[in-house]
Amino acid sequence: MLEIRALSKSFGGVKATDNVSLDFADGSLTAVIGPNGAGKSTFFNLITGALRPDAGQILLNGVDMAGKTPPEIVRHGIGRAFQVASIFPSLTVEETMLAAVCADQRRAGVMHRRFPLAETRDRAEHAMELLGLASKRNRTAATLSHGDQKLLDIALALVLDPKVLLLDEPTAGMGTEERWRMIDKVRELWEKQKITVVFIEHDMDIVFKIAPEIVVLCYGRILATGTPDAIRRNEAVIEAYLGSDDHAGVV
Amino acid sequence: MTELQAGQGAQPLKVPRIDARPQRYRDVLIALAAFVLLALLPMVFGSKQLLDFVIRCAAYGLFATSLNLLVGYTGLISFGHGMFFGLGAYGFGLMMQKTGVPIPVAFVATLAMTFVVAVVIGAICVRLKEIYFAFVTLAFQMLVHSTILSWQSLTGGDQGLRGGIPRPPFLGIDLSNHLHLYITSCALLVIGLFLMRQIAQSPFGYTLRMIRDNATRASFIGIDVWRAKLTIFVLAALFAAAGGIIMALFVSGAYPEFAYWTISGEGIFINMLGGVTTFLGPMVGTVLLLILNDTVTRLTEYHGIVLGIVILFFAIGLRKGLMDFVVEWYGHRRGEGRG
Repeated sequence: MLEIRALSKSFGGVKATDNVSLDFADGSLTAVIGPNGAGKSTFFNLITGALRPDAGQILLNGVDMAGKTPPEIVRHGIGRAFQVASIFPSLTVEETMLAAVCADQRRAGVMHRRFPLAETRDRAEHAMELLGLASKRNRTAATLSHGDQKLLDIALALVLDPKVLLLDEPTAGMGTEERWRMIDKVRELWEKQKITVVFIEHDMDIVFKIAPEIVVLCYGRILATGTPDAIRRNEAVIEAYLGSDDHAGVV
Repeated sequence: MTELQAGQGAQPLKVPRIDARPQRYRDVLIALAAFVLLALLPMVFGSKQLLDFVIRCAAYGLFATSLNLLVGYTGLISFGHGMFFGLGAYGFGLMMQKTGVPIPVAFVATLAMTFVVAVVIGAICVRLKEIYFAFVTLAFQMLVHSTILSWQSLTGGDQGLRGGIPRPPFLGIDLSNHLHLYITSCALLVIGLFLMRQIAQSPFGYTLRMIRDNATRASFIGIDVWRAKLTIFVLAALFAAAGGIIMALFVSGAYPEFAYWTISGEGIFINMLGGVTTFLGPMVGTVLLLILNDTVTRLTEYHGIVLGIVILFFAIGLRKGLMDFVVEWYGHRRGEGRG
């Protein structure tokens, strides 16, 4: 269970995250939406330790993550993927996975043995299978297509076996068809792995179709939370977000 | 049992398994073969000049390869790595002159001293980003150099450690004997290279590659980036100091130039010549630079110009080091797709 309590962060005078409190039940799938500058990425950066909150708590099964460093938070079980695929360009897909498992097993500092370690193989293999990257194992990450790089980024988070997986716009920069394939993959992972998944998404069609729970952020505050139907009917959401020209058709 | 592990029991793995162990045996064999070859060299070519050349290659090769652990493997461009070369030479020379301990003791004690200095300097430097890291390491190098210059009573100032370094025999090895010194230098070189190779190919070596590629991502898979950088900074310093010790033994002294920033510059130069993407690139670069240095200085007093043109050729012409070029060319010929 991930509980966010009164989380706040300001940059200068701008409140990027303003007194946000949210609960993410174990095994839930939640979409975070909101207009540009709503504080979605800041929210993720606070949870994962990339930014230090000004106030509030981030409780993962009762343990407060606020103020911990990214490596500590990852080891507690909060993994993340990035808006722009964040990978290791010169490593192959397989090396990336094997090295990540090494890190998760606290063997990143081992010097007396050769890479790869036999005990990292099965988990790396499983993650590659899950994300459909097994056939590209010997490709260096830099040579992968944009979509595969995003998958590799997610695989990197997933191979660490997280309790909570945060995906910052898994479909960013993709064409329509590719988007649907990616989001099907996300849903499939969520169903298979039974972990808590929170993702940021701009495409309303996608959000309403696959997310059982939706959180709407606006100017750093929670505007609404609820099921797709409830969000669709919510006056404040329609006013602030869905009512704008871009999304007029959706409502 | 965790989710990912729970899933793995079901499917048979039909993956070609690369076993890591044979690779290490292969490296041991290569190291042994290299040492035997080097040790047999004096029987074939008795020329003292050639043996001197190999000893210098051992000193600079250890130094340059250790710099590549920082530059090529971790992405830490240090402009001050030469300070550890100088510290090794001075630490060892002083210990032999002042205390008269056996050579192995002085060797270990010098590495211990380097360890402490490198931890302190590294702890300050590795937090800094690229250009700041480069310049602060350079600043420390200048600090070490000026300390050596101004602490005349201990270091002899700009004259260096004069009067020779006593080299009492130990375990039947007499380092004042040229052949013994040669064999010992070769042994130190081969052992040093083997250890560095082991580090580069270990899980820790891959942690370093991840940090080089994308330090932010590395921290988000649970790697303590600062600690890993400090570890390799200190290890590289130890190998550089070992290079300095060989140099001190070779010239039977230590001079301020060993700790001057130009040594760091030469290290970078060697890495550019040889290439940073292969483990042996810096070793090839070392041999190239020393040959260039020796021949060019004999032919012209403007050797700086010639070396400058050579480095421009590698940097702008090939855009990579010699070994990078060779490996790429070989890869193309075999039609490998690895980019």
